[in-house]
Amino acid sequence: MGSSRITFYVLLLTLVLAGLWTGPASAQGPTPTDDEVNRIAKQLYCPVCESTPLDVCPTEACRQWRDVIRTMLAEGKSEAEIKQHFVEQYGVRVLNEPPNRLVSYLVPAVAILLGAFMLFRGFQMWMKPSITESRSEDAKPEAQPAQDPYIAKLEEELKKRK
Amino acid sequence: MTESTISAPRRGVPIWAQIIIWVFLVGLLAIVAVGLSRAQQGTVQPGQTIDNFTLPLFSGYELDGKSEVNFVDLRGKVVVINFWASWCKPCEQEAAELQAAWEEYQPTGQVVFLGVDYVDTEPEARVYLKKFGITYANGPDLATRISQYFRIKGVPETYFVDKNGVLQYVQVGPFRSIDQIRAQIDPLLK
Repeated sequence: MGSSRITFYVLLLTLVLAGLWTGPASAQGPTPTDDEVNRIAKQLYCPVCESTPLDVCPTEACRQWRDVIRTMLAEGKSEAEIKQHFVEQYGVRVLNEPPNRLVSYLVPAVAILLGAFMLFRGFQMWMKPSITESRSEDAKPEAQPAQDPYIAKLEEELKKRK
Repeated sequence: MTESTISAPRRGVPIWAQIIIWVFLVGLLAIVAVGLSRAQQGTVQPGQTIDNFTLPLFSGYELDGKSEVNFVDLRGKVVVINFWASWCKPCEQEAAELQAAWEEYQPTGQVVFLGVDYVDTEPEARVYLKKFGITYANGPDLATRISQYFRIKGVPETYFVDKNGVLQYVQVGPFRSIDQIRAQIDPLLK
């Protein structure tokens, strides 16, 4: 009875110590899955291949970079920290979205609006003069012969000859 | 009556708007032109003085005990700058030759070899350096600043800079023999 109690306490102590021992290791979390790695990898581009996202890039270099993401995730690093690490190492071109979104989206939008405004004003300038000129040209054949004394006299002479 | 309709005042784009539009268009053209010219320039050319750059070094691969190199501090020495990467197979072809050349010139104290590790991961880079027994100063090209300055087209590429900081020769692709390396360094030591 006494020896079984001692055995129980020894076992309990062992379990507690084992728990303490594995405590720090469990803080790093389990090995990240491929999906977790690819979730970040798809937001990054291979620095040496043309326009190839890191999650689908088949080269040896890309495999190494995916391993870096896996290692950093296992160390408990956040997505932002991992992306920042890649920017520091390989430059901002590895990001699939520009870091300063406001400027990156605002400049093209302003450029498009400016272009649309230019086209609009251009069309306006083309249309207005052509309407006024065509109106004035239409009026010419009716108004001028009646008012021109020379033409009136010519028509009168022609009538006399008939 | 006809004249009055034609000579009606035309209200065009205001002058300030025209100026903005032209400045914008000229700026856009300038950006495109600079981009195109840079794309066609190739690497930096021999005869150009190399500006200062800083290369942080891997621990164990320091230069004279310093953990980073400022290029201007190397004036007075011939500098061999080699761009490489652990994932680069052609780099492996020249690794032994570069190390042999370094061992040959190191005692003179007049030549410095710098390995610039291009878009690589440090663990793999260390495996590579250990595999080929490389001992000269090596470090990562952080944010690809150095390779962008040299406008490298790939790895390996090696740049030979004379004692005055002027680029004298560019080797695109791997060296086939140590004689090729000697042929570039020896004239710069005279």
